Amino acid sequence: MANQYETVFIMTPVLSEEQMKETVQKFESILTGKGAEIVHQESWGLRKLEYPIQKKSSGFYHLFEFKADGDVVGELELQFRRDERIMRFLTVTMDKYAIAFAEKRRNNRKEKPAQEEEKPVAEQDTVNEETKTEEQA
Amino acid sequence: MAQQNDIKYIAPVAVDIKKKKYCRFKKSGIKYIDYKDAEFLKKFVNEQGKILPRRLTGTSLKYQKKVAQAVKRARHLALLPFVTDNLKSNQ
Repeated sequence: MANQYETVFIMTPVLSEEQMKETVQKFESILTGKGAEIVHQESWGLRKLEYPIQKKSSGFYHLFEFKADGDVVGELELQFRRDERIMRFLTVTMDKYAIAFAEKRRNNRKEKPAQEEEKPVAEQDTVNEETKTEEQA
Repeated sequence: MAQQNDIKYIAPVAVDIKKKKYCRFKKSGIKYIDYKDAEFLKKFVNEQGKILPRRLTGTSLKYQKKVAQAVKRARHLALLPFVTDNLKSNQ
């Protein structure tokens, strides 16, 4: 058990809810099969993409947080590439701040799953006027 | 919230020049910048989705690097656009 990693991947919107869960299940079993310990996972559901990927304008987002050795990541990403249901993926190594942040975020989401506002936003200077007022309200 | 946005500028105009800039991350003790929080990252990009320079936001070098990294990750995951117009007005 070396590092903690975080993977976000996007599945095609063509899938049904069931197929989506099946896909998630598949990658979960790949991870656990390789000896990774899944710390946390969450599904963001169908989300609009900011730009089209493979001519699709939305996708199912899913997040895995897991502890594993480095070679597991390579294997996982290989499987992502081979699976045509996966449009995009990103794996990042979590440093200690990221782990602390993820924990906090998890707790926040549990309390109110609607929105996360974990950032105590220190006001403005030149940055966008309205987002600021919105947050203070 | 669109009223103020009728004026479109490439970078936010510094209205109060006298005010001292500071690094918001240092000030509020944020250690990690989350790439999954697109709304937060939108504060560091202009309307076209370009990353704002330090000289405008006042972010310290250490955190500017992290902001840039987070914005790039968010772009990869289609949470932020690579290029666009009117990023902030169509929120």
